[in-house]
Amino acid sequence: MTDPLTPVLTANWGDEQAWKLASYERRGGYQGMRAALRMTPPEVISLVKDSGLRGRGGAGFPTGMKWSFVPQDNPNPKYLVVNSDESEPGTCKDMPLLLASPHTLVEGIVIASYAIGVSHAFIYCRGEVLHVIRRLQQAVREAYAAGYAGSNILGSGFDLEITVHAGAGAYICGEETALLDSLEGRRGQPRLRPPFPAVAGLYACPTVINNVESIASVPAIVKNGSEWFKQMGTEKSNGMTIYSLSGHVARPGQFEAPLGVTLRTLLELSGGIRAGHQLKFWTPGGSSTPILTDEHLDLSLDYEGMAGAGTMLGTKALQIFDETTSVVRTTLRWVEFYKHESCGKCTPCREGTWWLVQLLHRFEAGTAVDGDVDKLLDVCDNIGGKSFCALADGAVACVTSAVRHFRTEFEAGYSTPAWELFPYRESALFEVREREGAGV
Amino acid sequence: MSVQAKPTEVAERPPSVTVTIDGIAVEVPKGTLVIRAAEMIGIAIPRFCDHPLLDPVGACRQCMVEVPDMGNGRGMPKPQASCTLECADGMKVATQRTSEKAEKAQRGMIELLLVNHPLDCPICDKGGECPLQNQAMSTGNGESRFDGLKRTYPKPVNVSAQILLDRERCVLCARCTRFSEQISGDPFIALVERGALQQIGRYETEPYDSYFSGNVVQICPVGALTSAAYRFQSRPFDLVSTPVTCEHCASGCQLRTDHRHFQVKRRLAGDLPEVNEEWNCDRGRFAFVSGRGSDRLTYPLIRENGELRPASWPEAIDAAVAGLRRIGTSAGVVTGGRLTLEAAYAYSKFARTVLGTNNVDFRARPHTSEEAEFLAALVAGRRLGEGVTYADLETAAKVICVAFEPEDESPIVFLRLRKAARKKKLAIQVVSPYRSRGTEKMLAEHVPAIGAEAISGLTADAGTIILVGERAAQTQGMLSAVAELAARTGARLAWVPRRAGDRGAIEAGCLPNLLPGGRPVADNAARVDVAASWGVDRLPAGEGLDADSQFAAASDGQLKGLIVAGVEPADFASRDAVLAGLEAAEFVLSLETRASEVTERADVVLPVALLETHAGTFLNWEHRPGPVEAVVKSRHTPMTDLRILAALADAVGTPLGIRTVASAQAEIAELGVWEGPRPATPVLPTAPRGGEVTLTSWRQLIDGSRANDGEPALLETARPVVARVSPATAERLGLGAELRLSSATGSHDFAVVTDPSMVDDAVWIPGNFFDGSLGTLGVVPGEAVTVVPASELVSAGGNA
Repeated sequence: MTDPLTPVLTANWGDEQAWKLASYERRGGYQGMRAALRMTPPEVISLVKDSGLRGRGGAGFPTGMKWSFVPQDNPNPKYLVVNSDESEPGTCKDMPLLLASPHTLVEGIVIASYAIGVSHAFIYCRGEVLHVIRRLQQAVREAYAAGYAGSNILGSGFDLEITVHAGAGAYICGEETALLDSLEGRRGQPRLRPPFPAVAGLYACPTVINNVESIASVPAIVKNGSEWFKQMGTEKSNGMTIYSLSGHVARPGQFEAPLGVTLRTLLELSGGIRAGHQLKFWTPGGSSTPILTDEHLDLSLDYEGMAGAGTMLGTKALQIFDETTSVVRTTLRWVEFYKHESCGKCTPCREGTWWLVQLLHRFEAGTAVDGDVDKLLDVCDNIGGKSFCALADGAVACVTSAVRHFRTEFEAGYSTPAWELFPYRESALFEVREREGAGV
Repeated sequence: MSVQAKPTEVAERPPSVTVTIDGIAVEVPKGTLVIRAAEMIGIAIPRFCDHPLLDPVGACRQCMVEVPDMGNGRGMPKPQASCTLECADGMKVATQRTSEKAEKAQRGMIELLLVNHPLDCPICDKGGECPLQNQAMSTGNGESRFDGLKRTYPKPVNVSAQILLDRERCVLCARCTRFSEQISGDPFIALVERGALQQIGRYETEPYDSYFSGNVVQICPVGALTSAAYRFQSRPFDLVSTPVTCEHCASGCQLRTDHRHFQVKRRLAGDLPEVNEEWNCDRGRFAFVSGRGSDRLTYPLIRENGELRPASWPEAIDAAVAGLRRIGTSAGVVTGGRLTLEAAYAYSKFARTVLGTNNVDFRARPHTSEEAEFLAALVAGRRLGEGVTYADLETAAKVICVAFEPEDESPIVFLRLRKAARKKKLAIQVVSPYRSRGTEKMLAEHVPAIGAEAISGLTADAGTIILVGERAAQTQGMLSAVAELAARTGARLAWVPRRAGDRGAIEAGCLPNLLPGGRPVADNAARVDVAASWGVDRLPAGEGLDADSQFAAASDGQLKGLIVAGVEPADFASRDAVLAGLEAAEFVLSLETRASEVTERADVVLPVALLETHAGTFLNWEHRPGPVEAVVKSRHTPMTDLRILAALADAVGTPLGIRTVASAQAEIAELGVWEGPRPATPVLPTAPRGGEVTLTSWRQLIDGSRANDGEPALLETARPVVARVSPATAERLGLGAELRLSSATGSHDFAVVTDPSMVDDAVWIPGNFFDGSLGTLGVVPGEAVTVVPASELVSAGGNA
């Protein structure tokens, strides 16, 4: 059997000081940028289109197509904004990538900016991860010093400013229009669309917003060609991507593999479920993607495969839970997160998450009453698909999928606390101190 | 079935689309939102954040509908908010009436909105007129399934002295924040925090400083925002509503006055798209209690041995008639700008037919004969539509404001100009001594000038509208220059007075040179015209004395008697001159609602009904008639100006011919407007500037006007009284934190604001500063004043 791993983005992570320019260039870094600058911008866009690269932030929108939506006849400046506000529970691909190899992103930014005609690119980075911000700032500084950013890059006549911007810690700022508001100095809340960012985004100018991994994938595509990229993955989900395994696995971490790999393979690579336990449920791409169970071990982890199973590929953050885990408690923790992170703009998200948390607390405490499961589902139905942005959809997806797969566990909440059915000590990966009253 | 939306213009129709809502096809202009299109065919979709005059936000998600076809054969997978969805050609929409999904989405949304909303309707001011309460009944479940913990807050938060916020009731629709940002341009309130703890916040150190703050109370779809004035005053279902026209300025807002137990409890902005749309200013909303003080006159007074004593109506009328007989035609009439058209007409006719004089003037403010000529030539005797209207302001290519500060002097004109600037990029120029907040909010260009010097240099063409304020009369030559500019460039010209009764007073003929309908006194045909209509042999020929001249003539013993309606001596160019005239006159008859400095000097005082108890008409600056209906119908109501004048005329033996509002209106209509030649426009040279320091001024909307009395929260929202000088002038004069401004007859101390936009060698102060006015100082803007640092003065002295 061939090695299922295809390290491209992660290939240099183990290098000595991989985050330094010298180290990055020893492996052929910035060759993609040099190649791109020798092409015309439309050629770069068609190359990326041909490769079939799709957005790695979760929605899977074709990256090249997004670039081509930017109206080139618009007299306003055009902007590229890299969404590096990774903060969904379970998701941890962009932060390790930026920590290990920030230049991969910077190179991608130069290529993308050149292709779209951008002269100012912004990296909107989650504010809490200070070490990543420092690495990014250092990498951008090095790129300027090497002539890869600034004016007249490598004599091509192409100018590009790159700004690293630290967010102030709000999940909603990962939503692209809220991100733009935040970047402009306002409170991060989603904007009304239309106008779409491609027409009126940052400072009401045409703007492309891409995920870190999407942009970071571009240098390799330019260097190796679209055919090389298409060889990996499945028919409609091309290329390699980073899968992040966390939770009850023996060796959690990032695994870079072609799209379409299965959880079974990834579990083999990560040493399987922790010793003596079995898989109970998992998320394919962060907490806002509906959960799956051990029935879904052999599903193709690509956009279509996940959609076919009623869930989403999302950020490919596979949170793995074994049989010791209370699905009620897990769901409650997730919804608490969404309640805390709801921006408050629209009713269903703001009020719905407030209500769901109170309902789920009763299931956890065993004080729910007969009929509460249906009530829970109905409240979710009143929230899902009605909100201003997708945050609330994510908030209810974990609830509805958990009830779909584990309804009896919720019904048990009519009489028995979750901590009695699933003593929390059992699912902990580390020593837990007893806390009074909470059952932990 | 197909229903066609009402076309708004006969001219060029905008491109339209046809959308089918619940099976009913409707053609709407491109860009129309689905929720608006539904309204056009009588389908009400519940909503909270949506407001037709605010930009859509899509926050409350109450107005969800299903869209089975977007017009391209494909349906929307999820329900859509109809307040943010634009109609597309061929689009199909299913509302709660035909779609179970939409109905459930709406029912669910109400339930979610009530999760954190207190059920305190029985003690909430909004209960009974609350969109949340109403739509919870029409669209929601009878009972909530939420039985958990609600969010609570300490209550209430003072957003300003007037506006109070009960945060737990707020449904976070952002109507108030959008109003303050988009409509009035005072973004002092904003949403802060997040999730269910999101709330309306204010700056820590800045209150919600706006002339339009009361509107946010009115558009709040719950009881979260209340006013200090009305909080806990009444329940909506106990109130009786009457439409009226606001008496505070010449904007002409339609208001809704709510009363209970013979007392007005509150006033709301009416819905008059042609004028105030759905807004009004705080003065119009809150200042309606000035007639409730202890100075209210309720019975006649006559002077006996130098003292005023109560008298019965017959006795007082006899005394008044005796006085009138004594003075004969040596009489003057000063009416002020607060009267209805019908009342002003009664004074005008009374002066001409009963007294036999043209000495009648409404201008209780600095005025000139140049102004009277200007009004006769270009303003009087017009009908609505002959001049500029609000709608014209929105379609103009450019608007120039001269001697006119819209936000302070006609707030609804300000709102309309700001709207046009925001939505239609209307170019606005404001010729004024400094760049005011209002100028900034209208996104206007500031043309720094204090007199008429800048006017001839302005660019204008046929697409330009010049709005000139009544203050132009303060500067000799300014009205001439404005008229010349308009005539030369083809620009349209509109004169915007400050008071609600001003325009009506002109039409009524309360000017020494004008008879009703803009007929020149000097024109024989005009006099014959009016005399015939009034059934009198002849009318006095020759132009009369204006108000200032009447008081001066009385002081000199040239004029024996004065009949004075509601005026404040301090509003004139010189209070002292007015008082001297009143004191010297042989006989003074005062018709007033409240005791004043005129009352103190009157020989007979006849109490007049408060506006809320009688009917009539105000003509706004556009010349639009705004009806006033009697709000409170009390048996104890005193007589109106019209009834009193009719009674006096009867007693004199020269009947007035009118005694009711209806009869006055009929006579005014029969007279019509003058169709003969208009007098020439005045041509006067521009006056030179005052001197070393020239005074500039205008009156702020909320000031010491007696009409604002009795409403402390409103007065707390007044802008501070300051003097503005340019940094260079401040340096030249060595000014510190305070200055002392002196005229020949008085002085007053002001806090100093150095304003880089202010014209050099000039000082700006508000026209009324609560404990005084320009009239008490006896100066008119454009004149020289003495300005020294207040700190330099050895003796504090106090305000003169």
